[in-house]
This record gives sequence, C-alpha cells and structure tokens, in this order.
Amino acid sequence: MTSVLESLNRGLHAAFAQDGRVYLIGEDLLDPYGGAFKVSRGLSSQYPQRVWTSPVSEAAIAGVGAGMALRGLRPVVELMFGDFSTLVADQLINSITKFPAMFNGAASVPLVIRTPMGGRRGYGPTHSQTLEKLYLGIPGLRVLAPNTLSDPGELLRRAILEQDDPVFFIENKVLYPKPVLDAEALADFEIQIADGDFAPTHTLRLKGAPAPQLTLTAYGYMAELAREALTRLAFEHELFCELVVPTQLAPLPAAGSLEPSLAASLAQSGRLLTIEEGTFSLGWGAEQLARAAQQFGSRLLAARRVAAAEAPIPAARTLEEAALPSVEDILTAAREMV
Amino acid sequence: MRAMPDHAALYRQLYTIRRFEETVLDAFPKGAFYGTTHTYIGQEANAVGVLAHLNEGDIVFSNHRCHGHFIAYGGDLRALFAELMGKATGVCGGLGGSQHLHWKDFYSNGVLGSTAPIAVGTALAEKQKGSDAITVLFLGDGALGEGTVYESLNIASLWNAPILFVVENNHIAQTTPTELALAGSLAARFAAFGIPVVEMDSNDVAKISSAAQHELAELRATRTPRALVLNTTRFGPHSKGDDTRDPAYIEELRTRLDPLTLHAAQLPASERQAIESEVDTAVAAAYAQAEADPPPPANHLAKVAPP
Ligand SMILES: Cc1ncc(C[n+]2csc(CCOP(=O)(O)OP(=O)(O)O)c2C)c(N)n1
Ligand SMILES: [Mg+2]
Repeated sequence: MTSVLESLNRGLHAAFAQDGRVYLIGEDLLDPYGGAFKVSRGLSSQYPQRVWTSPVSEAAIAGVGAGMALRGLRPVVELMFGDFSTLVADQLINSITKFPAMFNGAASVPLVIRTPMGGRRGYGPTHSQTLEKLYLGIPGLRVLAPNTLSDPGELLRRAILEQDDPVFFIENKVLYPKPVLDAEALADFEIQIADGDFAPTHTLRLKGAPAPQLTLTAYGYMAELAREALTRLAFEHELFCELVVPTQLAPLPAAGSLEPSLAASLAQSGRLLTIEEGTFSLGWGAEQLARAAQQFGSRLLAARRVAAAEAPIPAARTLEEAALPSVEDILTAAREMV
Repeated sequence: MRAMPDHAALYRQLYTIRRFEETVLDAFPKGAFYGTTHTYIGQEANAVGVLAHLNEGDIVFSNHRCHGHFIAYGGDLRALFAELMGKATGVCGGLGGSQHLHWKDFYSNGVLGSTAPIAVGTALAEKQKGSDAITVLFLGDGALGEGTVYESLNIASLWNAPILFVVENNHIAQTTPTELALAGSLAARFAAFGIPVVEMDSNDVAKISSAAQHELAELRATRTPRALVLNTTRFGPHSKGDDTRDPAYIEELRTRLDPLTLHAAQLPASERQAIESEVDTAVAAAYAQAEADPPPPANHLAKVAPP
C-alpha cells in the first residue's frame, strides 16, 4: 500500500507535471534531502527551475508565494514545521486572504501553504503543536487536512491546480508513514462519502452494526485513533458509533450549520464526541459542538470533546503521550456519554 | 518606454496630486469621508518622477500613503474620491478604502513592510513568465523597522528579482522621527544585500525623474533588484490633524522644498496658471461626481466574499 508520504509526494509530482505554473518554495528542499519530512523529494531534480530552496524566512516565502499567485502562478510554500506558521500569520491574515475581497474580487491568490503539524515524535513544545485552530475562521482561507481514507496526494494536487482560494494544507507528521487505506483494509466498514464543496467527508460504521448511539468526529491523524476506538467500543463494550471524518476544516457551511454528513449522523445518534490534537479550549471541537447545539437544540443529548492538554507539549515520551489524546481517552469519554 | 515627460506634464501631475490631497484634507472634517487617510502633500515629486518611467504591465506596490502613487500611475480621480467616500464606483467598490487599492497592475496595502515579499514575488513571477514587467515597491522610512523587509531584500538579491525598492524617507513615521527608529545608514541596508542603491536629497521632480529613469533602465537591462532612497518632506499631518511637529519647522520646509514651487520655475507663469485652473476644475468635477455616486449595494460584500 502507498503511504501518506508517498501519496503526497506523488501529488506534488503530478501537479508539477501537469501545470508549468506550479512552483515550490521552502527550506532545505533540494535533493537528496527533499525537505525535512521528504514530502518534496525528487522535485528539485526533476524541476530545478521551479523548486526554490529558500533562506530561513517563513514570512517572506509566504509573501513571495502570494505575489507569484497574484500574478497568475500556482505556487506551493512548504513550511518545515507547522509551529512556524505563526511567522506567516501576518501574510496569511492581512494580505493573502484579504486581497481577493478587499480588491473587490479583482485579485485572486491561488497559493497552497502546506506544513506538517502534530506531536508524538518527541520534538518538544515548539515542534509538536497542532496549531491549525488559530487559522480556522479566517474569512477566505480554506483549511484542509488529509487522512488515510482517501488519497492525500490527489487532494493536494487538486488544491494546487483547481483551488483559486488560498489553502492551508495540514499534514499530521505521524500520518506520513501510515498506509492510505484501500478497500481491503476498510473491509469491516460501511462507508459513505460526501463530496463537500471541495474536499470529501467520510462516514464510517461497522458493517451490520445497529443504529449509532454516538457520533465521533475527528480529522487527520485523530481519525486513525477514532477508527480504532469505534471498533473497540463495538467489540469490547457493545457501544455502536458512527465516525465522521471531514477533510475540509474551513470554511464550514454558512448559517452555522454542521457539515451535512455530521448532521445526518447526529440526527440518528443524538450524541457528539469531537476528537482533536489541538488544545482543548476554543478550538475546532468547540465550534462543532456549538453548531450541533444550534442545529439540534434539545435533541442533542450529549456533547463532549477529547483534545490535548492545555499545556506545552512535553519532550519526554511518557509526558507527551499523557498530554495528547489517546484511544483510551476516546473510550472513556464515549462510555461516559452513552 | 514612455518618452521623458515634458515639464508641463510633470507639473500637471504634481499639481493634480496636490489638489486632490488638499481637497481630501478640506473635506474630511466636513464628514465627506469615513475612516482615515494619509495624504501625500510634499512628496509628490517622488511618485511623479519614478512612475513617469513605467511601461504598460509594470507592477506598482504601494503603502498606506498611496493616493499620490495611484494618481501618478494613472488612476482615476473620481474612483479614488469614491473609494474614500465608500461608493460603489470606488477603485475597490468601497471595500478597500484609502489604503487598499488595486487597479490594473497597481496594488496597495496598509500593513507596513508586508508588501515587500509580495512585491518581490510579483517581480519573480513576471520574470518566470518571461514578461518584461518589473515591480516598483514604495516603502516609507518607518517600514524599514519591519523584519520582513530584510528577508525580502535578501531574497530579491539571491533570486534576482526585477524590482526597484523606493524608500521615501520623509524623516518621520507617524510621530516618530527617523533618528528614534532607525540605526545605521539607510542606504547601507540595501548595499549589505548587494543591491545597488542611489540616494537623493531632492524634491525636484526633474532630478528624481532622471535618476529613476537611469535606475529603471539598469533594472530592465539586468533584471536584478535596485534601490532608490529619496530623502523627502511630509508637509501635511500623518493622517488628519495629527502633526506633532512645530508648524514653523513645516513652514520652513515648505518655503524651501515645495516640489511644486521647485518645478514651477521650469514653466512660464501663464502656462502654469492654465494647468492649475484646468486641474482645479477636473478635481472639483471628480469630487462632485463621486459625491453623487451611489453607495455599494447592500449585498455587495456577499458577492465578493461568499459566506
Ligand atoms: C505593521 C504596521 N504597524 C503599524 C502601522 C501603523 N502605521 C501606519 S503608518 C505608520 C508610520 C509609517 O511611517 P513610514 O513608513 O515612514 O511612512 P510615512 O507615513 O512616513 O509615509 C504607522 C506606524 C501599520 N500600518 N502597519
Ligand atoms: Mg516616513
């Protein structure tokens, strides 16, 4: 099976092969290194004119990418660690996402900024964070987080070539070596796929399971943990869940409603558990629960979040494990809800 | 390249910017505009002198003090008034306001320094596309406090971006004199990155124009970055009525260094007066038209920024 890393690498290669307007800018991109996480491997050899290894200047490379996008190219900017997206925040918030609307629809910035996020690699407080919640709710910014249920590279290729909005593309580090799941690997599940306005949402339940008592929702690597939890809840606790995995974190549907697949699942289960690797408060899960409350009112029977501790992520393995959400955390929360 | 503009044409542009900005400052207290503004009075020779040498398709990146740049670029006066008034006919339909303009290949943003890497990106994009277009970026002395500017100079030089950095050093940033904000030499900042820099101490549009002509010709020939540091003067407030400087000092600057007076000497009085009266009429007409223009439709925001 193809790994997420291989898939992303193929997606980049496909975008480069398909369209001469695609450029890649980032730190340490040149082969044989190919970027700190190797997602960009091979590109600099094959497209030396269009792969620019840059100084350690995150804000400037985001800005350079924005200027190139403004003038009709389709650049991709690789940030070595998602933690350093803070250095790009001004470009993202005050230029990249502002130009299209503040210039009255007369400018577009088809720029993809991609970056690894997340912990479980022992990199400590400043190289392990899941910061995308800081960038959710910025008007005009599309935030995508691939998972193993559909081809991450294809999503990336489409984001580069087909998306005229700026895209913030989140790659969980621990997902890189994981296989992109094929039909055989998912044989136990009944899966529904909703197209969404750009990226798919998957709904999973175990084949032959009764109607769900609880809806789990998670994205990126957390969807792996949630899938394992779903199986264990069924077999070990006879608690039947449905898992909804969005690929697009923002924008969300207008008027405060939930993503339709999530609403459909919740209409059956009445209970919603959100699982995210970002810190607990004021985040992605909070928004899902707020929407659930608004849309379902008293039909929402239970609502909870599993998330990271509200503390810097420790470097020590044992402490890091304790700070980040685990399958056990999901099992505990789920069992308390039903 | 456009022919070197004649003295009358230069004077017309200087005077148009001056009349436009005076009209803005007069009308602001009367409630004609909403928000804020930064006028270009005293710096007109910079925009006029530099942008006289643009070719079709060249890109201009401007800052918060952008009206003069926009007018010298060829922007429409009525559309600019309308933008400040928040009218549908404004440069950006009322969405941008005074410091956020985009028309043809002209862009401005009010976030100091943020434009530097973007402008470098536009220059690199045009080079990659095989076009002859170059980018001109206007920065104030105050923007040189921003770190992204230096990242951008480094990248512009490393990657040979065809861009002209124009620093308008009016010796003040809002209320802070340059001496309190910038250490070291201004020109040496560019030299340190291997970017050839020319520094000028003049409000004479003819001198600025010929320096810019030379710099832009070199830039077009080498397709590598260059810089022009223009030591200049701000006669007006930073925005509206917020000048903390001694009025006598400003009066002295005006007497000595007004770019309009300096250039007027090149023209017979009758020709100058004819230009002034034509421009007065044109600016007044543009203002009246903008005033009569409709506001943006209520659903306009949803059209450009779908929910
Ligand atoms: C990033 C940022 N910080 C602060 C401001 C507020 N501000 C607007 S103009 C200005 C001074 C700018 O000085 P300078 O660059 O010299 O340009 P000038 O106003 O003199 O033309 C400041 C501090 C801003 N617009 N952007
Ligand atoms: Mg200044």
